[in-house]
Amino acid sequence: MTLDLVVRQALQTLFVIAAAPLLTGWIRQCRAWLGNRTGAGILQPVRELRKLFRKEPVVASEASALFVATPYILFAAMVLAGAIVPMVATRMPLAAAADAVALAGLFALTRVFAALAAMDLGTAFASMGARRTMLVGFLAEPALLMVLFTPALISGSTSLIVIVRHLAGHGFVLYPSMAFAAAAYLMVTLAENARLPVDNPETHLELTMIHEALNLEYSGRYLALIEWGAGMKLLVYIGIGVALFLPWGITQSHGLAALPGAFALFAVKLAAAGAGLAVIETLLAKLRLFRVPEFLGTAFLLAVLGLLVRYLLGS
Amino acid sequence: MMLLLIVIIPLLGAGFFGVFGHRQWAFSANIAFSAGTFLAACAMTVRVLHGGPILAFHQQFFIDPLNVFLVDLTAFVALTTSVFSRAYMRIEGHTGRLNPARLRVYHAMYQLFIFTMLLALTTNNIGVLWIAMEGATLSTALLVSLYRTPASLEAAWKYFILCGVGIALALFGTIMVYFAAHGVLGAYRALLWTHLDGVKDRLDPAIMTIAFVFLIVGYGTKVGLVPMHNWLPDAHAEGPTPISAVLSGLLLNVALYAIVRFKVLASGDTGAHWPGALMMGFGLASVLVAAFSLARQRDVKRLFSYSSIEHMGLATFAFGMGGPLATFAALLHMTVHSLTKSSVFFTSGHVAQKAGTQDMDRITGVMDRNPAMGWTLMLGSLAILGIPPFGIFASEFLILTAALRQDPWSVPFLILGLGVAFAAIFRKTQAMVFGATEIPRAPSPPSVFPSVLHLALVFGLGLYIPHALAVWYTEAARLAGP
Amino acid sequence: MPSFTSVINLFAALFLLVAFAMLSQRRLANLINLYAWQGAILSLGIATTAYGTGNTHLYASAALNGILKILVVPILLRRLVRRLDVQWDRESLVRIPTTMLIGLALVIFAFNASLPIAGLAHTVNHETVGIALASVLLSLLMMILRTTALSQVIGFLALENGLIFAATSVTYGMPMVIEFGIALDVIVGVFILGVFFFHIREQFDSLDLNRIEGRED
Repeated sequence: MTLDLVVRQALQTLFVIAAAPLLTGWIRQCRAWLGNRTGAGILQPVRELRKLFRKEPVVASEASALFVATPYILFAAMVLAGAIVPMVATRMPLAAAADAVALAGLFALTRVFAALAAMDLGTAFASMGARRTMLVGFLAEPALLMVLFTPALISGSTSLIVIVRHLAGHGFVLYPSMAFAAAAYLMVTLAENARLPVDNPETHLELTMIHEALNLEYSGRYLALIEWGAGMKLLVYIGIGVALFLPWGITQSHGLAALPGAFALFAVKLAAAGAGLAVIETLLAKLRLFRVPEFLGTAFLLAVLGLLVRYLLGS
Repeated sequence: MMLLLIVIIPLLGAGFFGVFGHRQWAFSANIAFSAGTFLAACAMTVRVLHGGPILAFHQQFFIDPLNVFLVDLTAFVALTTSVFSRAYMRIEGHTGRLNPARLRVYHAMYQLFIFTMLLALTTNNIGVLWIAMEGATLSTALLVSLYRTPASLEAAWKYFILCGVGIALALFGTIMVYFAAHGVLGAYRALLWTHLDGVKDRLDPAIMTIAFVFLIVGYGTKVGLVPMHNWLPDAHAEGPTPISAVLSGLLLNVALYAIVRFKVLASGDTGAHWPGALMMGFGLASVLVAAFSLARQRDVKRLFSYSSIEHMGLATFAFGMGGPLATFAALLHMTVHSLTKSSVFFTSGHVAQKAGTQDMDRITGVMDRNPAMGWTLMLGSLAILGIPPFGIFASEFLILTAALRQDPWSVPFLILGLGVAFAAIFRKTQAMVFGATEIPRAPSPPSVFPSVLHLALVFGLGLYIPHALAVWYTEAARLAGP
Repeated sequence: MPSFTSVINLFAALFLLVAFAMLSQRRLANLINLYAWQGAILSLGIATTAYGTGNTHLYASAALNGILKILVVPILLRRLVRRLDVQWDRESLVRIPTTMLIGLALVIFAFNASLPIAGLAHTVNHETVGIALASVLLSLLMMILRTTALSQVIGFLALENGLIFAATSVTYGMPMVIEFGIALDVIVGVFILGVFFFHIREQFDSLDLNRIEGRED
């Protein structure tokens, strides 16, 4: 019985760690296809990570311990998040900690560390990236919380497990409020993971980059950890989105028999989400930075509207 | 069927002028159509005098003491205005401000406007009432901008948008009333005022509260109640003078009539006080704001349109007080104000036309140039200021008496407003009428007659109210002022 | 809860969403498209209500609203935009995020104000009256904040959409005659406004109302 739980937990955690580079690769591959290019294959990020791990990391002489510790903190935080979000099963020992607000807090924590580490060296670009990250985060967080509150209101709890059980247990019900929340969540996901139209993950254009600016001073295994963590962050966001808006197929049973099916279904959902993301990124152009507040303001608005609609219509 | 005739004649007129409105004889035809309407109204009045209230055409139309005198008043002012417009608009045509196309629009829209006014008055259906009020906005918007000057376009735009929004709010109020009555009366009769009146104590008070707030703001925009009054001075000042006269003399009355109808419903059988209090608040605010704005006006038509806001505020206030005396006074005030104000607009329109400007600083010596016009302007201004023995004195006196008895706190405000208005208007018109001028004497214009006729009527009403009218007012006051 | 109610609720929610989108949209062509979308949602919502309640006269209302607001009025407006050659609204008086916040406050107000109404209505879709009231207020806000004549008019038309929506949600619509009257007023209004725009253009070479009001008094 207990073994059961541990196996499930371990499998999901390993899956998140392993699948993150593949997801990144898959999105890049989709974008390449949509752009009529051949693409480097979905294993390319894995090769990049391997190369980075082999290289000798160079750390600036002024760097403090915080600078060195941050990649590990980011990576560990994302592993933790990947472990607690119910992606394939609700019965997991750590899933009890999967509180929506706590997750938002965890993401905020990683952002603070990333920003602090970037400012540690005092270089211009990194500080600029830190400021921009904080700006985006500052705007995205309230929207994210509002998004999380809508399903929380419907199910009566902020625990992701309860939400999943409630939503998946009732079959398909059309919730207008959830449609609003889902749209807002998508916008927040794009912003938080430095995707288009907020940030372009494929360029290092000085004036517009956000995420890349943060990592400019990192190299070798530190950079690998950060990139890997970023991949996991995206995966976790998709996982939360799946749990909130498409919870069907997450197994609630005790045995391990349903697990392969659940994993397969989740992988399909991930692939679909990745492909959808690629389509969105192909269609959208990057927003000017001072339009980002409008973008996230809209996300916030949608989320609040979802909440209000939920209050008014009870649906 | 007499009742339908009142509505049909102006509608036919609108269609007719849509084709022939640019001809030279259209002016006279306009008078003919208005006279036809007036005659139909008179005939209908005689029937009501003998036979009592009428319900007609599947109960969609009705005449009761409250609207019968307003129908007569509307038809009468429409007639005299058409007489005035014949002289006035001809001169405008000669000075090149009007071409045939505009003239056609003018005549067609004039009759259409009269049609919407009479439809709003005689309909028993509050939905149709709304449609007619919206139609009134639509038909007059193009009239306000008839001269196509920048100022008149701005005025018309303001008029259209503000009244459009107001009327939209009134639609929401109407929907709410329908909603409240829907459960009690069923779908078909829930819009008929006579039925609504019968069950007004069973309409849900919460919904009626919301409904009446929307209705008073909505229709109040058309009455020109402060703070929704912004469109009124512009629309009056920039449109052709006959339109200023009918806007002030008819449209404001009819909009106020709509509010009063709904107030009866909202007050319910118990005579709830809050709808009245709301009306008193709006009314008092209008009196004060308008009075203090008067002194700052330089345009003669703007001056008198602010005075319209003031007087409509006074009537709204009196209706809001309720009770037989105040409502009687309010009805009388509506009548005499309508007559006096259109008369004043006639004269000041002519004066401005002759002087070539509406700027009061540049109009002087009217008395020297044309004694008839000087006298009518002076007497009209005195009448509008409530100098005895004109009718406005009687109605204002009655309103103040009622206020003293029912709501004494309001009397100082009213007197303040009236006093300030008196000073402002008197100072301005006095300077216009007297004062030196170099321009030679002009012959008396042919259309002094409508102004004089109106003033004579107001004078008469100040001295003696005919028995039939008094009976109506009393009846109407019983209906409208629980 | 019958399932069509949730469909109506979805339409109501989308209706509100479009109202917000109109508030933030500055391109006139898009604004007109949004208006057509709103008309489509309104019409579908009414049709769903008709289907759910078996109220046949609502089908007529749905058809009337559909024809008027998806086809006639947008076509008229597009033609106006083309002939007047206006594309963009000016930057509005208040920044868009601020506008959105004001809009949210209005929605909360409308939802609260509508609670007593919704509580008394017996229609299946009575809860949506709050949304209708909210979109009425949002359209009003749009009219206040916009400075171009054409976008004010679209705000006005959206306002009317909201009112029809309100009528449908509390009483399954007004009697047909009245709805026809309202529709007639809308069409005539749009026509008169069209005439008006050309006059304004003739005089000012612009539909920008600030320029009109900047005129010396």
